[in-house]
Amino acid sequence: MTKVSMTVNGKSVSGEVEGRTLLVNFLRNDLRLTGTHVGCDTSQCGACVVHVNGEAVKACTMFAAEADGAEVSTIEGAANPDGSLNAIQQAFQDHHGLQCGFCTPGMVMSAAALLKENPKPSEHEIRSYLQGNICRCTGYHNIIKAIMAASGQDVEQIAAE
Amino acid sequence: MYNFDLVRPTSIDEAVKALGEEDAQPLAGGQTLIPTLKQRLAMPTKLVSLTGIADIKGVCKTDDGQLAIGGGTTHGTVAKEAMADFPGLANLAANVGDPAVRNRGTIGGSLANNDPSACYPAAALGTGATIKTNKREIAADDYFQGMFATALEEAEIITEVRFPIPEKSNYQKFEQQASRFALVGVFVAKYADGVRVAVTGASNEGVFRWSEAESALSSNFSAEAIDSLSAPDGSNMISDLHGSGDYRAHIVKVMTKRAVAAAS
Repeated sequence: MTKVSMTVNGKSVSGEVEGRTLLVNFLRNDLRLTGTHVGCDTSQCGACVVHVNGEAVKACTMFAAEADGAEVSTIEGAANPDGSLNAIQQAFQDHHGLQCGFCTPGMVMSAAALLKENPKPSEHEIRSYLQGNICRCTGYHNIIKAIMAASGQDVEQIAAE
Repeated sequence: MYNFDLVRPTSIDEAVKALGEEDAQPLAGGQTLIPTLKQRLAMPTKLVSLTGIADIKGVCKTDDGQLAIGGGTTHGTVAKEAMADFPGLANLAANVGDPAVRNRGTIGGSLANNDPSACYPAAALGTGATIKTNKREIAADDYFQGMFATALEEAEIITEVRFPIPEKSNYQKFEQQASRFALVGVFVAKYADGVRVAVTGASNEGVFRWSEAESALSSNFSAEAIDSLSAPDGSNMISDLHGSGDYRAHIVKVMTKRAVAAAS
């Protein structure tokens, strides 16, 4: 077992991990931050997306020990300081960007990473950025709408395909 | 996953020392190795993470006009930082996997693994890049030795890849729809002294140069120059449920034409 320390959602945390402990398991099992989901466990579905040092990564395909010293943000840290939903989360609610909700934490974290590097993405850019996030309920349409809305853009122009 | 020790050295010397132990294995971005470990297809006793070594990260232009990329540089960083000098390479990096995978996966990891459907081998061979390790420099023409096989020895780490910057280049990937790996990928690079064409995803022998296309394009760099060529031999190409060898051979020709037409 090795000791790891990192900052998660602004708080310093530490724990003992095995070499094989994945970051997602450290977050969920040790820190009890179960908002980050494990969908496929093969780095394809994106339900486990968190930010490490500001970049979106798949927490099921990174070892906890490699996040030693890093700044990690998860869905639990996404809301505004007063506890209200942030702009992306609120837009997912307003535009019905989720049904079962399993993929939503990863979708919101990926959307946040996209809007940080591209504040006004086109519909095509959003679809392309979400290549690694799979939703089996919505058909993506309302997710794209939500992200357009969260970036302050008109969503009416997006026609159903 | 079987358990193992994970160490995260901060220098190449420490990493090489750690790799000296029996059954130790280097870990780059882990986007291939971690899924492999989950399948219990590898059983290292120790993983030596290379992600803590600052010396092997970054992109810079050398005095002799090459683009030098540290082995530990992620695809996401290559996509951003190579754009000004070498857009053909930056666009290749920008289409590997998905954004989260590109934030972890590295150029050195991809070249060391030499997946027959990976994108970077096409760029390295298609430019005649030099693969620098902690021990030596290896020309791309000598480096790739078939599916998942390279000239790397035990405990040899890719520290840098040097790409001669072409006048024009482009990479075209025909994606396998489920995995988004290249069903066929073609990298075309035009230099003052000739054209190089490298193909990934197609051959049972891994990445290869299509010499007929290189000669045709060296005398006439246009998509039409490819029209008169027959597609490369499909009999030794990968045949699977996604496409037969002959189909892949046909796609090689199509992707080559597209790459020439799009080269910038």
